[in-house]
Amino acid sequence: MFRDRIAASKPLVFLLCLVPLAALVWDTIQNELGTDPVAQLEHRTGLWALRLLLATLAITPLRRVTDWNKAVRYRRMLGLFAFFYVNVHFAVYLFIDLGGYSADIVEQIAKKPYITVGFTAWLLLLPLAFSSTQKAMRRLGRRWGQLHKLVYAIALLALLHFLWLVKADKREPLAYIAVFALLMLWRLPWKKLSSPDRRPSPPPRTHAPQTQSD
Amino acid sequence: MHPRQRNDVRPSEITPERVYRQRRELLKMLGIGSVGLVAGCGSENAPSAAIAEDSSATEKPLTIAKKGEYTLPDPQTSFKDATHYNNYYEFGTDKSDPARTSGRFKPTPWSVEIAGHAELTGKFTLEDILKPHALEERVYRHRCVEGWSMVIPWDGISLADLLKRFKPTAQAKYVAFTTVNRPSEMSGMRSAVLDWPYREGLRIDEAMHPLAFLSTGLYGRELPNQNGAPLRLIVPWKYGFKGIKSIVKIEFTDSRPRTTWNLAGPGEYGFYSNVNPDVDHPRWSQRTERRIAGDGFNLFGNRIETKPFNGYADQVASLYAGMDLRKNF
Repeated sequence: MFRDRIAASKPLVFLLCLVPLAALVWDTIQNELGTDPVAQLEHRTGLWALRLLLATLAITPLRRVTDWNKAVRYRRMLGLFAFFYVNVHFAVYLFIDLGGYSADIVEQIAKKPYITVGFTAWLLLLPLAFSSTQKAMRRLGRRWGQLHKLVYAIALLALLHFLWLVKADKREPLAYIAVFALLMLWRLPWKKLSSPDRRPSPPPRTHAPQTQSD
Repeated sequence: MHPRQRNDVRPSEITPERVYRQRRELLKMLGIGSVGLVAGCGSENAPSAAIAEDSSATEKPLTIAKKGEYTLPDPQTSFKDATHYNNYYEFGTDKSDPARTSGRFKPTPWSVEIAGHAELTGKFTLEDILKPHALEERVYRHRCVEGWSMVIPWDGISLADLLKRFKPTAQAKYVAFTTVNRPSEMSGMRSAVLDWPYREGLRIDEAMHPLAFLSTGLYGRELPNQNGAPLRLIVPWKYGFKGIKSIVKIEFTDSRPRTTWNLAGPGEYGFYSNVNPDVDHPRWSQRTERRIAGDGFNLFGNRIETKPFNGYADQVASLYAGMDLRKNF
């Protein structure tokens, strides 16, 4: 029925990615979100979006370390789920938190740096999400890889969004920033150190198009 | 004699904690819900509906001499929410931390040092400090700088009444408050998120304003540790962080005291920190707020407009006549 193990495990990964949502819905129905349910919904959807985003960025180091190249086939799903949770996050903020004052969003985006960067990250995710189909990949060719390099900027903006909204105790956002930094650092040396037979090192300027660019 | 017992409470009126805890356990075992709990709450003090629904209230009931002068039409926050959603960084930075981690804190015995420009200074036990005063209940709006708010019935005494007893001199232009410094009992102090100990301050005329209040309880009970036991400040027209908790020192000064959040972020937290919808915080809009009140399911529609001076403008705006409140935020 499935082409291989990866294909067979995808439905499972899909369901796993829905677990945080299910937990949120459950806690909401059970009134288990605590004193400030809105803040909880925002925090948890935001965290899961960020975690999934970092998961997509972990695929490349994972491939380098484990030689498990097929892991890349999970990446689109993880990325789309990150996008999904960001949308829920944004919707909660816009329609539940701001509630009757949704029009304030314009002013908020303009005036509050953490909202400015958060909103920008969401905007930048849109082209990535809409170009995630096979068809779009084929049509965009090498530009697809270039376009999807935006994910680094998005991750940075998302981390800034988190860092700037925290009042004093920056440990949690800093932990996520550390993970991101680690995933980035991992890329630099591994690119050069990875076995040349598998990935011939191209001349610096004329970078070969990488369909699964990272 | 329990040191924090008010002298106007007869011992016979108080159910020993051990006894009512046992009762409560029994009731729980029998599956009797919140209605049964009232029996253990000390009926003399007629616990409010908000407290009756909560089984976690273990603080001693207080005898309140005066009620009804400061009330609000707004629905009150539940006891559970007011005691489980606290910004008290000495006990951790998550708002659920203080209720969880403050059990080790010992608010008795307690003494407060009165210092600075006053005729009467020195170290006083909390009992001595409170003795001449009758406890009063005041329902105040509580607006956090983060954009949420509550409505809480506080029990305590007028700050002005207390301060006057120490006869501040003409040099007393400000009043500085300091929180207790006990890292061994306050696990949040192990991380340097703020410059400990926590300090706050008021201009003397602000401190002498009739609305300024020192709380020793809420909802007719002694303050739980997470709410600032055994003595905390309430300044309802200012953002919540001005309401310094677990006060050990009150000093009359001639210069503006350094205050903790102002030191941490001078561009974000001013000395005055009056609730002001027209002065935005860089992070949070102050135009509106999310009201945490009532009970049950309030996911939607709890955002309301923030009022100047948190709705106390009629009483306090004159304190700031002629001042540019955008500069003196």
